Amino acid sequence: MNNRSLSGRLLTAFFALLSAAWVAPVIVVLYNSFKTNDGIKSSLFSLPTADTFAGLDNFIKGITFGGYPFYNSVFYSLVITVLSVALILLCTSMAAWYISRVDSFLCRVVYYLCIFSMVVPFQMVMFTLSNTADRLSLNTPYTIPIIYLGFGAGLAVFLFTGFVKSIPLDVEEAAAIDGCTPLQTFFLVDVPIMKSTFISVGILQIMWIWNDYLLPYLVLDKTVYKTIPIHIQYLQGSYGQVDYGATMALIILCLLPIVIIYFLCQKHIIKGVLSGAVKG
Amino acid sequence: MKKLKKHNPSRIAAGSTRKSVKRYGALFLLPTVLAFIIGFVWPFVWGIYLSFFRFRTLRFTSFTGLDNYKSALSDSAFFRSLGFTSAFTVVSVLVINLVAFFIAYALTRGIRGEGGFRTIFFMPNLIGGIVLGYIWKIILDAVIIEYLGSALALNATYGFWGLVLLVSWQQIGYMMIIYVAGLQNIPGEYVEAARIDGASSWQLLRHITLPSIMPSVTICTFLSLTNGFKLFDQNLALTDGKPFRETEMVALNIYKSFYESTTNMGVGQAKAVIFFIIVVVIALSQLYFTRRKEVQA
Repeated sequence: MNNRSLSGRLLTAFFALLSAAWVAPVIVVLYNSFKTNDGIKSSLFSLPTADTFAGLDNFIKGITFGGYPFYNSVFYSLVITVLSVALILLCTSMAAWYISRVDSFLCRVVYYLCIFSMVVPFQMVMFTLSNTADRLSLNTPYTIPIIYLGFGAGLAVFLFTGFVKSIPLDVEEAAAIDGCTPLQTFFLVDVPIMKSTFISVGILQIMWIWNDYLLPYLVLDKTVYKTIPIHIQYLQGSYGQVDYGATMALIILCLLPIVIIYFLCQKHIIKGVLSGAVKG
Repeated sequence: MKKLKKHNPSRIAAGSTRKSVKRYGALFLLPTVLAFIIGFVWPFVWGIYLSFFRFRTLRFTSFTGLDNYKSALSDSAFFRSLGFTSAFTVVSVLVINLVAFFIAYALTRGIRGEGGFRTIFFMPNLIGGIVLGYIWKIILDAVIIEYLGSALALNATYGFWGLVLLVSWQQIGYMMIIYVAGLQNIPGEYVEAARIDGASSWQLLRHITLPSIMPSVTICTFLSLTNGFKLFDQNLALTDGKPFRETEMVALNIYKSFYESTTNMGVGQAKAVIFFIIVVVIALSQLYFTRRKEVQA
């Protein structure tokens, strides 16, 4: 028993070290965001000193850096993510319910096409999709959610259908006998039962859309609309002079809300990941 | 019995629900199906169609049969990117799954701080590929310039291992969560029975634990395999193919044949179709092989 607790302690010590190494990259970026550019260039890994401490300068500079206000990026990323996820949750849950309740030939075709779409790499439809989006004017943050609904439907329909199949029909029949229309049955009876699936699917889609780079990059007019990933890539790539301090400050600003949300809804996020992983 | 079934009220209700639901098809199914056609089905079909055409803009397309495929298959940069992607995928699948399993195994035995460690290991997953790539570029470049006298953009070997490191850092936590769930689902009686029979820790791992978590292994290898093959954002942000397109992966190669090509975009589309076929074949064969190893619990 003594031996076992010793090995337990050793393991804890080992994982404490490993965890420290795991967060180190983020910590390095964090304290460098408070250093002057000279301080960053001369030695990335040393902590800020009196000479190299820049206070909040990098953050103030970062907000307007690259000739594009950072809060605009945050705004467009938020608009796209919120609208897309709301649309996906509403439409695909209804579609999934219909598919598993009616189960006609057409429904099966749609269902298997959805599963198929999950394997197809984005490069396959990259060019034609961005052209289609242009032609149908789905190229603004307010209309791009329709593209996300189409391209993200696969996983969402698959997960919702899996869950709807486990809802006993009796409940719905009781509602129908009491005079509910299918619409009422769905929203008043099924949606409350499906609450946890809504959260899981929602989290998976948020993680995808919030971080997505290529789709908005190809579809949106980049001079007007830059999402956060587009903005960060732009600062690194084509923008003439690279300002490490300002860019690191922006990275910290990106990470902050993600980390806070993660610690607040960790349970839901992990559950969402697990339900998403059942595919295959 | 049969007669009773026929008059079972719930049967009748079920039939009538189905019928009444069917009338609502336009409302329930149509929005998703329309978006799905715009966002997936049509671009997919059109993409296959365009791969047989030569074009620079969509206004002037000319049918070339299989020429685009011939050009794609004789493009040495495309082949190099396929080789690089395959090597990267093999290495990253092994690293990710071995480390993730080890961590999951160690963090399901009730040591102190387990939950906290899991939280930390999972965290990088929430950061997007572009931001991740940039973080690691800053850090790796500082290390490489300082201690190895080179730079990420100058040496393909560093680029390769940099990508492996970055993707492992990102995905190990994700796979760990799946392995943890698999390990927690192993019935306690199995382990107990094996212990009573005098199985050593190694035998327990080899004959009880591993066979029982094969479904998790299937999922994790499937996910890390397809993620590895489709990798784009991280590749773009970390190395952008430098030096001399040596660290360019397939997705990036296809992207560049579209948007940096001034002659014929059809080649890019043909490459995309080839890429799609490779991904489907790999995904299906992997599922087939690991599924066979799963035991029915």
